Amino acid sequence: MGGVSRAGRDPGLQPERTRLAWRRTTLSAAVAAVLAVRTTLRGGASATAVTVGALCCVLFLGFLWVAHQRIRVLAAESRPPALAPRQATAAVLCAVALAGCAAVVLVA
Amino acid sequence: MSEFVRNIRLWFAPEQVRGEGPTPDYRFSLANERTFLAWLRTALALIGGGFAVDQFLPHLHRAWRVGLALALLGAGVLCSLRALNHWVRCERAIRRGEDLPASRFPALLSLVVAVVAVAMVVVVLAGWAG
Repeated sequence: MGGVSRAGRDPGLQPERTRLAWRRTTLSAAVAAVLAVRTTLRGGASATAVTVGALCCVLFLGFLWVAHQRIRVLAAESRPPALAPRQATAAVLCAVALAGCAAVVLVA
Repeated sequence: MSEFVRNIRLWFAPEQVRGEGPTPDYRFSLANERTFLAWLRTALALIGGGFAVDQFLPHLHRAWRVGLALALLGAGVLCSLRALNHWVRCERAIRRGEDLPASRFPALLSLVVAVVAVAMVVVVLAGWAG
């Protein structure tokens, strides 16, 4: 994996560890999204419920896309550049929007 | 407060972070990124917990259930925003060669989680007895 030559490999495996941290975080986002969709569909498939459930799926896909971009960079380079603030902000906004969906479903 | 506004501008402007000081050892940036991701996972777990309270305690009085869930969701939102802010501050401190920023947030979050946990125990026991 990664296409990094043995000579250029970081002995501390920092890019790999960071890549796996992104994977774990994506998994957490998947669990939260599944719980979200389950919550929205429990009360019957009203128009609001379906819309919010679909929005949760889209938010998860957005997070997955950000994580995938970063994982590709981490896997391709032996000295990867630092995370761009835009990517960090996008990941955080997905989480915040998911919480917003939850609040809408709870209060409605 | 103006410091906070400046940080928010940095969230969207990678060039500005890179403008501060020399590029550090990439391993420091990656370690900072992993810390950010760990906090983001904590935030996602809190948000997932909010959904779980709503779903898996159906016999709870509605006000309690919604209150606990909203508390967990609010903690999740705070945690994720703070993760971002702390990441930006650490990244800048690493670039400038300063000390990493100290934070009261871990203590605050532990207190909130402890209060929610105690509230849940009380609510579940009260529901069991009644």
